[in-house]
Amino acid sequence: MSEPISALNHARYDGIAKVRECGLQGMITLRGDLSDKVLAKAVKDATGQKMPGQREALVDGESGVCWMSTDELLVLVPYAEVEAKLAALTNALSGTHALAVNVSDARAVFSISGSNAREVLGKLAPVELSVEAFQPGQIRRSRLAQVAGAFWMDDAETFRVVCFRSAADYVFKLLKAAAQPGSEVGVY
Amino acid sequence: MLILNCPYCGVDAEESELSAGGEAHLKRFGPGSSEDEFHDYLFMRENPKGVHFERWRHSNGCGKWFHAARCTQTLEVFGTYSAQTTEPPKELKDAITAKRPGWTWREYE
Repeated sequence: MSEPISALNHARYDGIAKVRECGLQGMITLRGDLSDKVLAKAVKDATGQKMPGQREALVDGESGVCWMSTDELLVLVPYAEVEAKLAALTNALSGTHALAVNVSDARAVFSISGSNAREVLGKLAPVELSVEAFQPGQIRRSRLAQVAGAFWMDDAETFRVVCFRSAADYVFKLLKAAAQPGSEVGVY
Repeated sequence: MLILNCPYCGVDAEESELSAGGEAHLKRFGPGSSEDEFHDYLFMRENPKGVHFERWRHSNGCGKWFHAARCTQTLEVFGTYSAQTTEPPKELKDAITAKRPGWTWREYE
């Protein structure tokens, strides 16, 4: 079988912040009743995380779970394990009204790190990104210029950004432009 | 800039993150209705100067539809509420009455 590669194959750019394409990330979209105990247990078995509350992102490295809407979760697992985890999820949810789909190859993931990471993202998304308003543990679905994107923080200076794979090149160019040397605004 | 609070994900979403969905609380007249009813359902819309109820979708966000009550004259937003309802909640109607005494919108007041 041919070897899977991510949309931009670890493209990188260093400006006022470091922009990296993170490579392959296993992602499962899970829809269902988030108050369902069976669903909560299935998520815990797959990721080791509890059910996230509204706009919570419980992510540790390549594994985690993010709240996407009142009936949708984004389950993150290592790329190599995604088929096995999906099978386990589907099996655990067989008696429940829920749907789990592997969307790993439909997405691209970027990381933005450095003390100006908030600035870079703040130029592209209509989101309050001050330290008081946005912290690690939160996820925000929004737009990056003209395309949909979601992001959360791995630590105080690192964002992880998820977008559709078809828009990966556009998003990378956006992030490069927003991270140009000398383009600090100094609002955060 | 219009900013609406999405009742599903709780964020204050800017207009560019939302899609407008037209007038709220339309009653559908489909097969079996008269031509006049169908005509009114398709074409006749409120166009108030003042209190208005609309549907919005948090399209660049959680993707959910919701309702918003706002003033077309001042762009003041009175509130947003769930789409799983056929009329504005009483608290919201009371809040609008406090700010715009005597308002009416279709059958609501």
